[in-house]
Amino acid sequence: MNWYSIDTWIVIVGVLTAVSCAIPGNFLVLRKMSMMGDAIGHAVLPGLAIAFLLTHSRASFALFIGAALVGVLTAIFTQWISRFGHVDRGASMGIVFTTLFALGLLLIVQAADHVDLDPGCVLYGAIELTPLEVSWRPALFGFELEVPQAALVLSGVLLLNILFVVFFFKELRISSFDPELATTLGINAHLMHYLLMALVAITAIAAFEAVGSIIVIAMLIVPAATAHLLTDKLGPMVLISALLAALSAVLGHTGALIVPGWFGFESTSTAGMMAVMAGLIFALVFLFAPRYGMVAGSFRRVKKASKAEKSKE
Amino acid sequence: MDISEILNVFLLCDYNTRLVVVCTLLLGCACGLMGGFLLLRKRSLMGDTLSHATLPGIGISFMIGVMLGGDGKSLPLLLVGATVTGVLGCVTVLFIRYHTRIKDDAAMGIVLSVFFGAGVVILGFIQTMPEGSAAGLESFIYGKTASMVMSDFRLLILVAGVVLVFSMLLFKEFQLLCFDETYASSQGWPVRVLDVLLLALVTAVTVAGLQSVGLILIIAFLITPAAAARFWTERFDRMLLLSGMIGGMSGWLGASASALAPRLPAGALIVLVAAACFLFSMLFGSKRGVLIRLFRQYQLKRSVGRQHLLRALYEILEADHAEGEKLVIRPVPFRQVRGRRTWSDNSLRRYLRQAYRSGLIETLTGEDAIILTNAGLEAAAQVTRNHRLWELYLIEYADVATSRVDRDADAVEHVLGEKMVAELEAKLLALRTVDGTLVPPSPHPIQPGD
Repeated sequence: MNWYSIDTWIVIVGVLTAVSCAIPGNFLVLRKMSMMGDAIGHAVLPGLAIAFLLTHSRASFALFIGAALVGVLTAIFTQWISRFGHVDRGASMGIVFTTLFALGLLLIVQAADHVDLDPGCVLYGAIELTPLEVSWRPALFGFELEVPQAALVLSGVLLLNILFVVFFFKELRISSFDPELATTLGINAHLMHYLLMALVAITAIAAFEAVGSIIVIAMLIVPAATAHLLTDKLGPMVLISALLAALSAVLGHTGALIVPGWFGFESTSTAGMMAVMAGLIFALVFLFAPRYGMVAGSFRRVKKASKAEKSKE
Repeated sequence: MDISEILNVFLLCDYNTRLVVVCTLLLGCACGLMGGFLLLRKRSLMGDTLSHATLPGIGISFMIGVMLGGDGKSLPLLLVGATVTGVLGCVTVLFIRYHTRIKDDAAMGIVLSVFFGAGVVILGFIQTMPEGSAAGLESFIYGKTASMVMSDFRLLILVAGVVLVFSMLLFKEFQLLCFDETYASSQGWPVRVLDVLLLALVTAVTVAGLQSVGLILIIAFLITPAAAARFWTERFDRMLLLSGMIGGMSGWLGASASALAPRLPAGALIVLVAAACFLFSMLFGSKRGVLIRLFRQYQLKRSVGRQHLLRALYEILEADHAEGEKLVIRPVPFRQVRGRRTWSDNSLRRYLRQAYRSGLIETLTGEDAIILTNAGLEAAAQVTRNHRLWELYLIEYADVATSRVDRDADAVEHVLGEKMVAELEAKLLALRTVDGTLVPPSPHPIQPGD
């Protein structure tokens, strides 16, 4: 395996993406709205396309605004359809995001003449190419660093997410576990909900450009669900999920370089491998978590059964 | 583009268009049917998970195909691979849910993203393979509706046939599974087997549809027609039928539209047609549509308002008539009625207008004096009697059957039976000194300001 400075940047971008997604992901998992990440991940496509059509550029502030708007709209439409139409939440989510995705595809076809926008790139991303787009060259200890644009954007998003969670930790906690209590305490649970959705959408759009929607969806849900099996406290859960996300990113890129060699291939998608690594970590925790793991669970059952037998005697 | 071209497309004159349109129509019917089961089982997003989980299977079977010495694009092999990992994904979701505290939604999200990631990894392998290009595999993700061929048609007709036969043969079983799983298992039915069978059918439809509308848009086909059909009927069999029809229609219209505008992706058009059907159904659906529900709410509000007005008038008259005498109609001041309940001036005036139009009160001119007509008094007596009987029923038998209470019923006897009503009346009469009226006293009189 050959490790170049470009690989370091890929890992850095991966870690930044993974951690920015994992932090808001905790609240999605706790609110039983994990699929919202998937929905928003697909639904921002028209937001992207419209922003492209309006600004004719791939990197602009309008992009973030468009994404946040479409993200919140997805949440609002889902809410409306399930409330006014009495449709099951999952189904209304599915209707909204597939419709928006279809709209996005149509718009992209229209936009294809003007801008280079490939739906494939949106889905799998091209994290391997991110270091090529350098936007900042600070000199540090005599070395010239070539900071990719994606790293800058994602650092900003990560900072935003951390600040949001730190500032609204209490509100988020109460409205995630008990929205009614939150309302009686004077916290606007709906506002928190839509803020969270906007944040997820902004994170998704920032990550899209760099790494594609699979990582976004995987990192929103998998590390948070893994952390949920390891702890009962929200604070530690957020920290653990961030650590696991960073770990999956590092392992993901390393794996993408090493694993193909085992089968005689050259390389593979880092984005996909990050999702797979997150899945593997989940599988390990799923089996061996001290309290909520499967092994511990069956061990407890056996112990309980033998205890019951003993007390019978 | 002229009329004859449009007619050509919609009447399926051209061979290629005919094939594509018939294929999407079949797929729409099959998806709509399966989607109905998924919707009622609250598993709509399972289609989402399932379709993403097919990707690694497609990649692996492509690689196997290449290793066996072909170009890897043998359709049956790819479909088998897709089915295997699709079912594996569903089973993993159920497994995670049964064995940990992780909920349905997170389990589906985990499987969806990790399986899709694995698929992308495998496609990444394939791209570096010298033997074959993965170019054809892209069509599984975005669909390639416009280039469907005869073999696709045969596959779709097979799948649609299988789905139709199974859902007709096992209709009763699936219906019970959807509505009351616990009851089904307590009756000794093989619930797990049925569940897996249902998921296998859904997988078959999904895999067959991957090629034509693509991995992401097939999800819409599984959810949207069923959700649209739900607004029109309360009966399961009719809903399934309608859902299949809406799915078929979306396929037909969407595919025809894309034949007219070849630049636009057919999958997206089909989804948008289905979404339009959904929106229309949601607004105008005859059973659960938004408008009909608003209308029913309005009617209920009216009828409740009428009942409250009549009861208030009756009780005011009742309060100051001498015992043992017949109730006499006299003008009641507006203020006094207004004080009986927490209603606004405006709503009370509206109820009064309604009552006037149905001939229950005399005039509207002297607003301060409300006078019941004879018919009005009769109706008021009836309403008050019924309400009081219901109140007593709730006081006496609340633990038995509150769900039977229907304060709107014209006569209590229709719901509770003569014997029960006689018993309740006797109890109410015993609560007070004897007088001549038919209306028993209130078990808990409403005080002004309550």
